[in-house]
Amino acid sequence: MNTKKQRSLPLIVGCTLVGFIVLMALLSIFWTPYSVGDMSGSRLGPLSSHHWLGTDKLGRDLLSRVMIGARIAITVGFGAVFIGAVLGVTLGLIAGFAQRWVDESFSAMFDILIAFPTLLLAMLIVAARGASLTSAIVAIGIGISAIVARLTRLLVKRVLAKDFITASRASGTSWARIIFIHVLPNIWTTLIVTFALQFGFAGLTEASLSYLGLGAPPPNASWGSLLQEAQATVLISPVAAIAPGLLLVCLVIGMNLIADGLRDIADPTLRRSR
Amino acid sequence: MKIVDVQDLTVQTSEASKVVNGISFSIEPGERLGLIGESGSGKSMTALAVMGLLPAELKASGNLLLGNGKDAPMQVIGASEKSLNEIRGSVASIVFQEPLTALDPLMKIGRQLSEPLRRWQGLKGDALQEAIISALAEVRIRKPERIAGSYPYEISGGERQRAAIAMALACEPSLLIADEPTTALDVTVQAEILDLLDAVVAERGMSLLFISHDLAVVSRITDHVLVMKDGSVVESGSLRNILHSPNHPYTRDLVSSAKELDDALDIAKKSGGN
Repeated sequence: MNTKKQRSLPLIVGCTLVGFIVLMALLSIFWTPYSVGDMSGSRLGPLSSHHWLGTDKLGRDLLSRVMIGARIAITVGFGAVFIGAVLGVTLGLIAGFAQRWVDESFSAMFDILIAFPTLLLAMLIVAARGASLTSAIVAIGIGISAIVARLTRLLVKRVLAKDFITASRASGTSWARIIFIHVLPNIWTTLIVTFALQFGFAGLTEASLSYLGLGAPPPNASWGSLLQEAQATVLISPVAAIAPGLLLVCLVIGMNLIADGLRDIADPTLRRSR
Repeated sequence: MKIVDVQDLTVQTSEASKVVNGISFSIEPGERLGLIGESGSGKSMTALAVMGLLPAELKASGNLLLGNGKDAPMQVIGASEKSLNEIRGSVASIVFQEPLTALDPLMKIGRQLSEPLRRWQGLKGDALQEAIISALAEVRIRKPERIAGSYPYEISGGERQRAAIAMALACEPSLLIADEPTTALDVTVQAEILDLLDAVVAERGMSLLFISHDLAVVSRITDHVLVMKDGSVVESGSLRNILHSPNHPYTRDLVSSAKELDDALDIAKKSGGN
């Protein structure tokens, strides 16, 4: 009983951290204290009952802007991981099952994509499509897909070498069915950990993009652009930099903890060793 | 009509070195053939070739006919994966050396067993559950309900191998290939598994291809043997003849060491109380 509680602790802490951000993001869809463009507050106003986190240099409510930032971070996380998972698992399965040159050319493609900085990739996509949230999601998603694909390929190769695959084939199971009953269940526990990790990093990459002005266009401020705006006035109003920065850290740490917790639950072979 | 008819089977690697070098043998319905050889002698590759399950980097040539003794046999070499899937399991199925890797670690025994039962016997629902339990009971598993609900790592090595045998039998094959099925087990369990194989093969009137490096083990279950060394058959014939007058020096070595082991096995069996 006691060990059971200990085991789920990372998951509880992770879910609390991420849940807080998700809640903020959901709330921002229906309600924010002020509208994002509302400049009615005093410039660089302090923390007060009207503006819980103060205001920025244009007099906009920071709490409202941080809430919008949470929505952007969560949207990018889901969007990018979804694109990365679908694209990555598909390509990884193909490469994992393929022989010789198909496998080798796919692997080379993954390696090139991984070596290629996501920021640079994002800049190219932004240059082609214009700066938007969708461009950022697509760019980050492609970056994630390479990591997922390489991992999937490796996991698939490892599972396919096992006797139980040969045993299953020996009883006449088709490849398609083997993928669904043996291969995917044996690799998804590892993949889900990667998805959770990449979810956090997707939020981080999006912040870098918006910091550079390549993310969501204003007035929809992401945490990255909030950090960028706060940079010049950080000594006068440190909260403007601390709030988005802290939330970003919470997202990444929270997703890491969730990843750990999920793996413990999903993998029955780990349960025994605890 | 023969179940297996192998003529001049050669298995080559991509570097053209021969793993199996022009061997021929055949198995009649209900016949038991032992395939003996040291590791690397090509015996396991012969078994995989019979099922059309050779790894992609190995190429088989020659003639390999596999049939259920009633319908026209099928040429395995060069056959498509789709047509092979129709005879795998129903005509021949295989039991591997290491039962822990031959069972999917993330799937409960009952669920794994349900796959071939459903495919080959078309069972569903309660009938399927009953078939799972009776399949486990047939391989003399004491608490079939408990084993059906367990993961492979939760049960003993002997129970695992019994479950693996149940899976191979679930397809109702005409030929059972047992690739060193007792090597990974301790001596007393070995004897039990051999007795079990002996009994089920007799009850079902199946043919058996029993692969081992151990003449003492083979002598307990088959009546004809094929001795392989370096990919070639060096001696073949009835067990009695080979035990009494081995011609090839390798066979002579095998016979003398088997006699020592057989004595040891008898002592272990008596002291084991079975």
